[in-house]
Amino acid sequence: MEEDTRDHPFAYGTAASTLAARNGSSRRLTDDEFDRYSRQMIVPGMGKEGQLRLINSRVLIIGAGGLGCPAAQYIAGAGIGTIGIVDGDVVETSNLHRQIGHATSRIGMTKVDSLITHLRGLNPLPTYISYPTHLTPQNAADIISQYDLVMDCTDNPATRYLISDMCVLLCKPLVSAASVQKSGQLIVLNCPPTAQGLVDGKYAPCYRCCFRKPPPPSSMVSCGEAGIMGPVVGMMGVAQAGEAIKILASALHIPRQVTEDVPETNLQQPTLLIYTYDLESAVGPYSFRALKMGGRRKSCFACGAGSTLTLEGVKAGNPNYEQFCSIPTSKANLPPEERITAAAYHAAKEKGELPEHILLDTREKEHFSLGSIEGAVNVPFGKLLMKAASIKRGGGSSTDLLPIESSKPDTPIFVVCRTGLDSQETVETLKELGLDNGGKRKIVDVVGGMRAWKQDVDPSFPFI
Amino acid sequence: MADTSETTTIPITVDFSGGLEMLFDSKRRHSISLPATDGSGKPANIAFLIDHLCRNLMKDPRAELFVLDNHIRPGILVLINDADWELEGEEAYEIQPRDNILFVSTLHGG
Repeated sequence: MEEDTRDHPFAYGTAASTLAARNGSSRRLTDDEFDRYSRQMIVPGMGKEGQLRLINSRVLIIGAGGLGCPAAQYIAGAGIGTIGIVDGDVVETSNLHRQIGHATSRIGMTKVDSLITHLRGLNPLPTYISYPTHLTPQNAADIISQYDLVMDCTDNPATRYLISDMCVLLCKPLVSAASVQKSGQLIVLNCPPTAQGLVDGKYAPCYRCCFRKPPPPSSMVSCGEAGIMGPVVGMMGVAQAGEAIKILASALHIPRQVTEDVPETNLQQPTLLIYTYDLESAVGPYSFRALKMGGRRKSCFACGAGSTLTLEGVKAGNPNYEQFCSIPTSKANLPPEERITAAAYHAAKEKGELPEHILLDTREKEHFSLGSIEGAVNVPFGKLLMKAASIKRGGGSSTDLLPIESSKPDTPIFVVCRTGLDSQETVETLKELGLDNGGKRKIVDVVGGMRAWKQDVDPSFPFI
Repeated sequence: MADTSETTTIPITVDFSGGLEMLFDSKRRHSISLPATDGSGKPANIAFLIDHLCRNLMKDPRAELFVLDNHIRPGILVLINDADWELEGEEAYEIQPRDNILFVSTLHGG
C-alpha cells in the first residue's frame, strides 16, 4: 500500500468519519471547496451537509478499468475525501477506447498510478491511496475495512463473490456493476449494511442473495473475448458513481443497529438496472430496464441465518472462490492423430507436404474479418452448431456444412478457432455427422487456435 | 365441437438479454402464444414455459447455455413483469395473459 502523504485536513479515520457523517459536521468549507463543489451543493437534497459527508467519506474502487475509470472520475470530482483504488494490471493500448482515465503516454504504468495521476489533475483535494495489486482473500479484509463504501468494478466472478462476502462481514455497502459487449448491469447491495445473520424484517440483500451461483465457465465471456463498447461500460461506471454519491450524501452507508428502527427506503429491495445497446437498430424499444429484486435471503450462504462465513475462514481459503467459479465442463478429448499444432501445420504447408484440404475457421465473423490464415473459410461456431442440429433433425445433407462444394469425400478438413476449444468440438460434431466417411477423411484440430498461430508462427498476426 | 380448453393459448412476450438472445435467433423480444395448460392439464407455469421455449423457440442447439438438469442454468435471472421471479414463486408461478417474462444472463466483465 502506498499512502498518499500529502496533508489533507479532513481525511479522518473510519470511526471519526462515520461519526462526522452521522452528526453532520459543521465546519466551514474552504474557498476552493466552496467554488469547486458549488454546483452540486445547490442541488436540492445535497446542500453543505451532504457535501461535508462526501468530504468525510472513504470510498474504495476495486478495478481501474472500463468501470473503474469513469466511476473514479465522478467520485473524485464530487469531492469524496479519501479514494482507494485496487488493481494489479498495467495500462495497455487495447484498454484506451474505454478506460478513459488512462492515457497513451502512460501505457505500461500501473493502472492505479495512471488513474490517480489523472484524478489529481481533476481534483487535487482528495487523499488518493493506491493498491497496485489484485484483491485476494488474504489482503481483502485489511484493505476493505479502511473504507465506508465499496465499488465493485472488477471483471471476474471469483473476485465479485469475494468482495460481496467481505462487505457482508465488514458491514459495508456495495455498489456493483458489470458490462460485456453491448450490455451492462448495476445494483446496490447490502445497503444500509446490516450484520450477518439478521434475517427478520426487511434487510438488503448481498451479491449472493441475488446471484446464488456463478454461471458455468463455458457460458461466460470476458471483454477480451466478446468485446466491449466504451460508452456501454462507461455508462455503468458513471451510474455506479451516482449511486455511491447518493448513499454517502444521505448517510445510508452507516450500519444499522439491531435496536434501531429501520426507515423504509427503496434500497432494501434494490433495483437491478440493465442497459442494452443495440448496434443493429438505432432506436431500441427498451434500452434501460429497472428490475425489482428481492431482499436478504434467509438461506444465503454469506448473510443468511446460520451463515458460517468468517473473516478468518476467508483468509484461510474457505470458501474457495476459484473453485466455486470454475466448475469443470466436459470438453472433447481428441486422440493425437486428430490434432496438429499451429507450428506443425504451418511447416507442413510451407514444405508442400499438406495435401489439398479444407481449412475451417470457426471464429465469429468480426474476428475473421481482422485476419485469417490464407485459404481459410469462415463458418462461425454458433452457426455451424445450428446447421448441424437442423441436419440431425433431418433437414439437408451433412455436406451442406462444408462451404466448398468441389471437395472430394476424402479431402481432409482442418479446423481452427480462436483459442482451440471450439475447434475440438467442431471436429467431434463433423464426425458425428459422418463427414469423416468412416475414417477415409481426416478431420484435424489445430491445437491452440489462432492464439497459438500468433505465438508460434506469425507474431504480426492481428489476434484479438 | 372440440373442447376449447385444450387449444386455448395465453399471449405473452418473452425477452432475452445479456447475450441470451443469441440462442433465440438474435431477437431480443418474442411475442408468443403459450398453451394455457401443460400436458397433464395443469395451468402453464414458468417451468412449462422454459420447456416450451427449448422445444419451440430456441434456434441454437446449445441448450445447456439455457437449461441445466431441467432447470434454468445458474447465472440466468428470470424476471416476471420486471420483478425477480423469487418474489412471484419461481418455477411455479402461473403465467397470466400479457405477462412479460425476461431472461437475463448475469455479466461479470468490466
